[in-house]
Amino acid sequence: MEYFNILIMFLVAGGIGVLAVGVSAILGPKKASRTKLMPYESGNDPEGSARERFPVHFYLVAMLFIVFDIETAFFYPLAVAFKKLGVFAFWEAVTFVVLVLVGYYYILKKGVLEWR
Amino acid sequence: MPQWLIDVLITLLKAILVVVGLLTTFAYMTLIERRLLARMQIRLGPNRVGPMGLLQPVADAIKSIFKEDINVTMADKVVFIIAPIVAVASALMAFGGIPAGPAKSLFGTDPWVFDLDIGILFILAVTSMGVYGIFLAGWASGSKYPLLGGLRSSAQMISYELGMGLALLGMLMIVGSTNLRDIVEWQFNNGAMFLFQSFAFILFAISATAEVNRTPFDLVEAEQELVAGYITEYSSIKWALFQMAEYIAMITASAVMSTLFFGGYRGPAFLDSVIPGISEWPLIWLIVKIAIFLFIFIWIRATLPRYRYDQLMRFGWKVLFPLALFNTMLVAFYIAYFPDASLWPLALVELLLLVGGLAYSTRYKPQTLHRAETQGGD
Repeated sequence: MEYFNILIMFLVAGGIGVLAVGVSAILGPKKASRTKLMPYESGNDPEGSARERFPVHFYLVAMLFIVFDIETAFFYPLAVAFKKLGVFAFWEAVTFVVLVLVGYYYILKKGVLEWR
Repeated sequence: MPQWLIDVLITLLKAILVVVGLLTTFAYMTLIERRLLARMQIRLGPNRVGPMGLLQPVADAIKSIFKEDINVTMADKVVFIIAPIVAVASALMAFGGIPAGPAKSLFGTDPWVFDLDIGILFILAVTSMGVYGIFLAGWASGSKYPLLGGLRSSAQMISYELGMGLALLGMLMIVGSTNLRDIVEWQFNNGAMFLFQSFAFILFAISATAEVNRTPFDLVEAEQELVAGYITEYSSIKWALFQMAEYIAMITASAVMSTLFFGGYRGPAFLDSVIPGISEWPLIWLIVKIAIFLFIFIWIRATLPRYRYDQLMRFGWKVLFPLALFNTMLVAFYIAYFPDASLWPLALVELLLLVGGLAYSTRYKPQTLHRAETQGGD
């Protein structure tokens, strides 16, 4: 039932966005011209496409995020059940975190986290 | 009418109430922010449209509806329209999960739209959907500034999500539940979570500030650096939808911080001895706490200069992430080895960490770090 309520919330929230865009599309003036529709490049005529090569750093950060976010995801059930599990769970967590930190140290020394 | 239909209608009504309430709050937040920023800079702010400028948000809304909607030639038509809707929908949805009072306290119905056992996870998941809105907007514009701004901001947001997720783990270990109402009730019985997790709270607050792109982490829309980032090509209501998404994310972040760390809809219990029942006043406490956080957001904007992009990413990965992990292991150690002890020693350690961190950060100079790097680097 609660998940059905989420669906209702989603429909209302998305509906507001669709409604706003729709109303504005009907009410606004439409006087397009070639220069008005040009991409903005500080007043110059645009050169080539924007979707070209970009720094590999973004790719690396996204990959690292996936790795460490999975680590966080593994931590959540452990955290919720931690009081019942006690000392054993603590040392399990330590083992896991040490393994993660080895990877973290490696990327740190590789300079992946340095932005120039 | 059958019972299920009544339930659905009530939920629908509550969802509409939440959305309309958030939109109104957003509209007046823009006014209050402008007024407060003006006060902090010893000027007046908007005070011409209506008494005390109270009709300024209405004028802004009407203007943005009647403006021309420009679809740039290079833009990907479909994604260009969908991106602002995604951004605003994901920002609006999360708020429905915040409990605004005890069960059945809103005219006999529950004062929330949905109440999940995995409440925190859901809110973290939905708010991080905002990254899609920003990145799709940057990509769909087909122009260089938006693309760069979108890439930067998605990298920033996913980096600070780690700090956010990890900073909450200590709190979860103490409470043992991800349900937001359980967390609020726990705090009512044991004292506000902020006392026991002050260090984690600061980490969470910093990450949340970066997550909603507020100063000092608002590089995404750094006007002086990248024009307006991902919203450069947007005009009329679509631009307004992005602003809306940003402010609503800020309101949600304030609500999450008050719920998780400051007792949510419950007031401090000791006030009950002064005025009986004051800690149970529905909605009031939550609204007061959210308002305080929003004020702090505005205050910070008027106070701090912006980070440079490399400083920002370095801070997220090299400071927030290890510290949040450390905090988690600290709480884990304490709970594993002293399961029946009072939490106050932990609170003291956290406070010491917080004070130590603040003392260190006043001596921290990003410039010196940068100079050392440019000398050594390529």
